[in-house]
Amino acid sequence: MSSAQEKIGVYVCHCGSNIAATVDVEAVSEWAGQELADKGVVVARDSKFMCASSGQELIEKDIEELGLTRVVVAACSPHMHEKTFRGACARAGLNPYLCELVSIREQVSWVHSDRAAATAKAKAVIAGGVLRVGEQVPLEPLRVPINPATLVVGGGIAGITTALEIADAGFAVHLVERQPSIGGHMAQFDKTFPTLDCAACILTPRMVDAGMHKNITLHTWSEVTDVKGYVGNFTVTIKERARYINAELCTGCGICQEKCPIRVQDNAFEAGLGFRKVAYMPFPQAVPKYPVIDGPNCTYFEKGTCKACEKFCPTNAIDFTQVDRDVVVEVGNIVLATGFELFDPRRIEQYGYGRLPNVFTSLEFERMSNAAGPTNGRIVLRDGVTEPKTVGVIHCVGSRDRNFNSYCSAICCMQSLKFAHLIRDHTDATVYNFYIDIRAPGKAYDEFYQRVLEEGTVFVRGRVAEVTDSLRLPAEADAEGRLIIQVEDTLVGTQRRIPVDMVILSAGLEPPADAKETARLFGISCSSDGWVIERHPKLDPVATMTDGVFAAGCALWPRDIPASVSNGAAAAARILGRIQQKEMALEPVRATVDEARCSGCRICNDLCPYNAIVYHADRAVTEVNPALCQGCGTCVAACPAGAISGTGFSDAQILSQIEGLLMVSASGQLREVVPA
Amino acid sequence: MSQYVYYPGCSMDASARAYADSLEAISGPLELQLIEIDDWNCCGATEYMGISPTRAYTLVSRNLALAEAQKNGSRTLVAACSACFMNLAKTENYLREDKTLAAKVNAALEAGGLHYTPGSIDVRHLLEIIFDDIGIAAVHDHVTRPLAGLRVAPYLGCLVTRPDLDRRWRSREHPQAFDRLLRTLGAQVVDFPPRTDCCGGHMTQISPATGFELIRRLVDAADKAGADMLVTTCPMCQMNVDAYQAEMNHYFKTSYHMPILFFTQLIGLAFGIPAQKLGIGTEIVSSRAALAKIGIEIPVVEAQQPVGAGAAGPPRRPRAKQTGLPMPAMPGESGEAPR
Amino acid sequence: MPSAAPAHATPHDVAFQDEVRAVIPRMSRLEMCVQCGTCGGSCPSAADMDHTPRMVFAMVRAGQRQEVLRSNTPWMCVSCYFCAVRCPQEVHIPDVMYGLKAMATREGLVPDSVAPDFSKTFVDNIHRYGRSYEVGLIARHYLRHYLTRLPGMAPMGIGMVAKGRMGFRPPKAIKGRDDLRKILARAEELEAGS
Repeated sequence: MSSAQEKIGVYVCHCGSNIAATVDVEAVSEWAGQELADKGVVVARDSKFMCASSGQELIEKDIEELGLTRVVVAACSPHMHEKTFRGACARAGLNPYLCELVSIREQVSWVHSDRAAATAKAKAVIAGGVLRVGEQVPLEPLRVPINPATLVVGGGIAGITTALEIADAGFAVHLVERQPSIGGHMAQFDKTFPTLDCAACILTPRMVDAGMHKNITLHTWSEVTDVKGYVGNFTVTIKERARYINAELCTGCGICQEKCPIRVQDNAFEAGLGFRKVAYMPFPQAVPKYPVIDGPNCTYFEKGTCKACEKFCPTNAIDFTQVDRDVVVEVGNIVLATGFELFDPRRIEQYGYGRLPNVFTSLEFERMSNAAGPTNGRIVLRDGVTEPKTVGVIHCVGSRDRNFNSYCSAICCMQSLKFAHLIRDHTDATVYNFYIDIRAPGKAYDEFYQRVLEEGTVFVRGRVAEVTDSLRLPAEADAEGRLIIQVEDTLVGTQRRIPVDMVILSAGLEPPADAKETARLFGISCSSDGWVIERHPKLDPVATMTDGVFAAGCALWPRDIPASVSNGAAAAARILGRIQQKEMALEPVRATVDEARCSGCRICNDLCPYNAIVYHADRAVTEVNPALCQGCGTCVAACPAGAISGTGFSDAQILSQIEGLLMVSASGQLREVVPA
Repeated sequence: MSQYVYYPGCSMDASARAYADSLEAISGPLELQLIEIDDWNCCGATEYMGISPTRAYTLVSRNLALAEAQKNGSRTLVAACSACFMNLAKTENYLREDKTLAAKVNAALEAGGLHYTPGSIDVRHLLEIIFDDIGIAAVHDHVTRPLAGLRVAPYLGCLVTRPDLDRRWRSREHPQAFDRLLRTLGAQVVDFPPRTDCCGGHMTQISPATGFELIRRLVDAADKAGADMLVTTCPMCQMNVDAYQAEMNHYFKTSYHMPILFFTQLIGLAFGIPAQKLGIGTEIVSSRAALAKIGIEIPVVEAQQPVGAGAAGPPRRPRAKQTGLPMPAMPGESGEAPR
Repeated sequence: MPSAAPAHATPHDVAFQDEVRAVIPRMSRLEMCVQCGTCGGSCPSAADMDHTPRMVFAMVRAGQRQEVLRSNTPWMCVSCYFCAVRCPQEVHIPDVMYGLKAMATREGLVPDSVAPDFSKTFVDNIHRYGRSYEVGLIARHYLRHYLTRLPGMAPMGIGMVAKGRMGFRPPKAIKGRDDLRKILARAEELEAGS
């Protein structure tokens, strides 16, 4: 066994009482020093906390003074401290990949309660580590250059923030947005809580900056269709959809929009509450200012006639021959800021949205309240004319509900309070807010709740059971034509039927419908709902498990504007750090194909989850791209010829580790293992 | 000929005799063969649950065990009474989902020499058979005397689409399939929001004020919508609205006259079967006046969709002319369905 | 409607929630209630209940054993399942109601005897015949509880009989009646044992 030829140091950690309470760590350390001496162990120590500086210093000192050539640390999971101990070895001059961390916490003390059995298992695990480490070879991390350009997907407030931060630092950004203009949902809002800033007023300056920035290339009305490569070196294909407008000639005068004869319901920007033309700019402050022609609804494309826009365009900017075109860009890092979609309240039939005209969603109400919206800021019923005398705002629609989405959508309570304020501000209406809890944790949020209470909004603690127009006569005869909100007022303990004129549903937030495709496209993980999964929910909230791909804003989870902006800036900071370092070190744990043994059967080709395998048809062999390879081992296991081995997990290493494990009996005795 | 094992329930013998008779009458044309479970026992309604839930499930399970063992039976057990259906379907689901309960129930059944294998019987309501297996189009084919001019309020009651533990209905509060069935018969279906509200069950015996109020809400809504009659699927609902309407009227000092018939009776009429064969005339609140309106041309049949995939959604409102602010599109209208 | 006994007079029984959960054969998720009030808001008979369903769960959690078992709430439940399909925490509310009815009956803590008597009579018929016996049930029930309704009910009763919808004779017992009794007795034993 090669381990015998090495000088191995074994370090067993108590981890306070986490390990020591179940495993007799002193006995294990002593055992390793004695019983594994002929396997190469020259020193074995135990320590209360190996990860502390004192613990690390133990290792460093032994490497220097005893000339250790290999180190085995028996402690927590490598996920926790592999880097720590590798660092200690590196500082003492030993190649960090000659250090092996075996888990006797997550895999022993935390899952067993029998002290004798756990101690024996710890011994086995250490024996495995000792034999394995003998087969390990020094490795150097892969260094890849970092392309200083960045791709930001999604032009909402989070994406715009990231783009501006990176662009202001002097680096190129490609900002891709699938709508005709950047701005995202924030552009649809009337006012933002709790400051009651006009959303457009604080957003549009940022939009203009992004649109005019010399370092930002906007790709609006576009989508990413392909992503290849790895951190520092991504090749991304962006499909720029045909606008049928020549941007070189268009001045954004808006005559095409004025003259276009076809009006359709605007389900995007106006949330279905208003109309737009087929040749349209989504809103007057759109960035870029170029309109778009909605092909599927355009008379010219349908019948070959009309072309009113072309007739009237003063600069001949209409171009019906335009086609979608692919633009390929090279970037070093990617930020996903794809935002959210509103929960569809048509799914909750007892609230009557879509059936009862005067039930509105939160986004519809934002558009209604907005002075630039379809009602010029008047709060009116669906007939466009009547002002409501009583309005009910319902919290938690589609959220905190196992029948739909069990999570809390974080912003709807504040949004509902904002609606109450706005309605009381614009009208004399009585406003009821129906809630389960009031969630107002942010800065000045609870103060806003106090303000809304002072303004006289009526709060009823009860989750609305039903919104109906079916009256119980004769008692409700004077509610003819109105809506009834049926709810239990839980603080009083009775069921109430409250007549209102208008109902606003604070619908929850969901990931975009194609979130899973997006995740697949960018090689990241998302939850079963579609939320992007961050590298660590507490300590690394904007990175993903895929190097080089970050996320910001509501793509991760429902959050308010300050949080989205923070995320955007955080992602930018991380990327700027990378760019500034010009290159990045990648883990050398990789698969390599022995071309002499590869028969070109290609079984491994489609198995790679990271698209790291390339087939060379001319030589009929497969190669693994070391930069993309994450060392998962799937191809290694699949190769029928055994032609693929992994640096860091070679056959020899794994087999010797197994041998080591089997060398220790259940009672902790060393025994010989007859090789197969 | 579609064959099913059938659980009639105690009311079919007497109080809902009309349901039994009309079902039998239409079974021929619909090629529906319902084989009664041999020696079935009462499902317990909601009464046994109040004494002892475990014994209640055991009581129901005896029927499931008999159905499973029945040699000439199919795998599907059909119930026409909504309460019986609910008990059977819920018990079957519970036995499948909970091994402990299944073990306990089977240990008890053993004392009577019986055993039930959870999952071996598929419990379905008569309506599901008509919508999914027979199909509304097939029903339409047998309509010879369309009920044109008859305005009906489609009253499903609460236990057809709820609790629906196996999630067969897309809409549990406002399913549209029943409306479509009645329209296929040529009737005009009025807008009836309380279509799955509760008739009160046994409340007329427990708390008459409550019972009468629940009945009143249904009758009033049907009346307000201009219905000539309510049409229902459940013996309890029919009994409450029919037999207790007079007492309800007395209690509230109202004077409603709202007949309520079983849907099978209307199907029978539309098939040209004589009224007496369908138990029409056995209702306390007479339907004579309302039925003096039938017999005009057959309307265009709508595309039939099974219950599970049906475009269930809220009742269709007459579309107001496009003034004011636009409404969101509903599923089925624009082809876009909610997630 | 508040109950008659003042709260401080009742010793709080913190194990009460566990006891209620144990009576229900399946997982009811009673402990998952967040007191949102959807059940109370949906219930068609809430107006006639001493406590809304939600309030009952709060009382169960607070260990108010006496108030809960004396409440008329479970007896006013019509089993329409509106609450069950709308509850955001998927609490099996009707199951809890059945469980409370069973507990109240066992301990004789029912608010009044109307509903329990009705159930008992119904169940007695099942034991006797294997089927329900409507006329017998109604007759016994009205004689005990609704004597004053009988005259007003007469036209309906006569109508039902005349139209063949009500038979005076009790049903013929099912063949397996004795087996059914054995089965139910065994179920009772198993229930007591658990």
